Amino acid sequence: MDAIILQTLNGLDKGSAYALIALGLTLIFGTLGVVNFAHGALFMIGAFCAVTLQRLLSASYTTLDETRTDFLGNPAKIETPYVEAWFGPDVGAGIIEWSVPLAILFSIPVMMLIGFAMERGLIKHFYKRPHADQILVTFGLAIVLQEIIKYFYGANPIPTPAPDALTGSFDFGALLGMDPNVIIYPYWRLVYFAFAALVIGAVFAFLQFTTFGMVVRAGMADRETVGLLGINIDKRFTIMFGLAACVAGLAGVMYAPINSPNYHMGMDFLVLSFVVVVVGGMGSLPGAVLAGFLLGILESFASMTQVINLIPGINQIIIYVVAIIVLLTRPRGLMGRKGVMEE
Amino acid sequence: MLGLGRKDFGLLVIVALLTLLAPFILNPFPSDSSLAQFNAGYPDLMQRFVIFGIFAIGFNILFGLTGYLSFGHAAFLGVGSYAAVWMFKLLTMNVIPAIILSVLIAGVFSLLIGYISLRRSGIYFSILTLAFAQMSFALAYSVLTPITNGETGLQIALDDPRILGVSQTADGSIPVTHLFGLEMRATEVVNMGPWQFQFSAGYYLCALLMLIAFYLAIRIFRSPFGMMLRAVKSNQQRLYYTGLNARPYTLAAFVISGMYAGLAGGLLAAMDPLAGAERMQWTASGEVVLMTILGGAGTLIGPVLGAGFIKYFENIFSKINDNVLHGWFAFLPDGIEDALVAVVHPFIGKGWHLTLGLLFVAVVIFLPGGLVEGGQRIARLFRRKPAPDTERAHQHTPAE
Repeated sequence: MDAIILQTLNGLDKGSAYALIALGLTLIFGTLGVVNFAHGALFMIGAFCAVTLQRLLSASYTTLDETRTDFLGNPAKIETPYVEAWFGPDVGAGIIEWSVPLAILFSIPVMMLIGFAMERGLIKHFYKRPHADQILVTFGLAIVLQEIIKYFYGANPIPTPAPDALTGSFDFGALLGMDPNVIIYPYWRLVYFAFAALVIGAVFAFLQFTTFGMVVRAGMADRETVGLLGINIDKRFTIMFGLAACVAGLAGVMYAPINSPNYHMGMDFLVLSFVVVVVGGMGSLPGAVLAGFLLGILESFASMTQVINLIPGINQIIIYVVAIIVLLTRPRGLMGRKGVMEE
Repeated sequence: MLGLGRKDFGLLVIVALLTLLAPFILNPFPSDSSLAQFNAGYPDLMQRFVIFGIFAIGFNILFGLTGYLSFGHAAFLGVGSYAAVWMFKLLTMNVIPAIILSVLIAGVFSLLIGYISLRRSGIYFSILTLAFAQMSFALAYSVLTPITNGETGLQIALDDPRILGVSQTADGSIPVTHLFGLEMRATEVVNMGPWQFQFSAGYYLCALLMLIAFYLAIRIFRSPFGMMLRAVKSNQQRLYYTGLNARPYTLAAFVISGMYAGLAGGLLAAMDPLAGAERMQWTASGEVVLMTILGGAGTLIGPVLGAGFIKYFENIFSKINDNVLHGWFAFLPDGIEDALVAVVHPFIGKGWHLTLGLLFVAVVIFLPGGLVEGGQRIARLFRRKPAPDTERAHQHTPAE
């Protein structure tokens, strides 16, 4: 029982990341009909937003302290971050420590801008081209974005810690009245899950309960008719692209403490997210979220020692196996709509 | 001639001349000049040109003719490499059995994957092949370690059985790959004045096999089978309505291109007997897609051009560093020189992938036909034939 709870919890954080990326992919696919291979790169850029903000906040000036000397006998150099100088040492240190959550605010406009630029600058010209061309151009774009990040931040992973208050782990088992120390779960992963749930909820609420969302949903169902009604659907779809980029970016920001960002983290996630989208059903938002969590949890169950002893290597391939089975038995995916991407 | 039309035969002859004379063509600079670093005529690089040429030719048979975009072709290359190295370990260091086995194993493997993947088309096909390739990659890294030697990669060792050969040579070292005694690494160095040309046995074996592969590709392109594949690309629906089942044709194309990839993998192992899982990673699959698109998908010569282009510039760009740039721009005033170097800096050396990515995006946007289309456009510009009207009259737009 405790093993099952533990694995479910373990699956949730990875599942949340899959679900968020897959949600963005589906938003883009459902609205613009574009298969975006650069979505993983957006996730990666999100994670680097956290890195950037951390660096910006830690930007500091150097003062010489004559009273102390370093080992060479020179006056010791003291690095004081500007924020500490402005807000006082305590508040300043606090701001630096909380840079990852603060990066959420920082990344939203950045990702929006990147999303708009991508859609208006490049992807707009590919609506009428075959899907193969869209895959190819976004694939090339992903390489470019990745290499730009590599140029500025280097190839090594950059540790981006979560705030101290959220780094520890807590005893989940004790909460359920089990023996202590059976289920230990890091706080940050719980935060990640809660955050993902919040973002997913917000996106769905936005689509479901606002006029803007209603128009977008109508456009997803029948773009031409909405256009004929005199609504500028292209503009709204561009905004949806920005929103999707935001979702991917936020997923990346919050993932930075779990996995130190490096320039190819996006590609690693992208392949899996595509599988998630296909399993969930192309163009189905609830399907993407459901499949994301489902596959995340399945993956963590497959990593249990008992399971690995039974079928060696299953943890590496479970997602792909599930995807292949789903594609062959339910070609539309778990919750795919009729008539979407059926040639 | 050889069952080819005049134009195709001419193309084959040109490619044959280019590959056979490559040690000369790729070494235009005397070895003592400062430009010698741009020579590409050394065996290792030339072998990569032709091997990836084979890989791209095979990929083009699938993608160029049927339009099915596979993102998992590197899996077949990897499987071919493993098969070849196992042959070196178990049977003999002669490359012939290794190459034959790698082609066969890759063929069987692609039959399996193709049979399942081709049930779907479009984006689903791409993702299925991607999933299969990633699966093979993950397995090669983890569970299949007894066969693949995991992260280290499969290598030949002194205590391998090698039933038909020797486990180790007389002086106790690992034997080298050979073709009936002709060592693959044997290189004849010819000095002509300041020029130095290298003729490698391994390169000529690869080049010969590439020419055969290219010839077969031309025959496939011009055959009724090739026409069927084109029909699949242009309108599969119509093919079904005619009462034809497209799947056996696409499956055959998939297996053929898988076997080409296996041949390339086998040759890679024959030139340098080791095989690693990273050859199967999806970035490797992406590379062959880049080569084919960059050269021109669906054309005969395109994939070869693309493979040569990417491998050549990968090599050259990685060598250029800031000092070289300063040398080039030395004639400019200092300020401008530094500024220019700073601008170019991100694109060279380790930044080659950035250049490649930008180039690729540009090609997809502006030149969907790749380098071949670029060449044709330039040729048309010079010919200035005022006859687009008749051309257009002959084009039949299919009714949807």
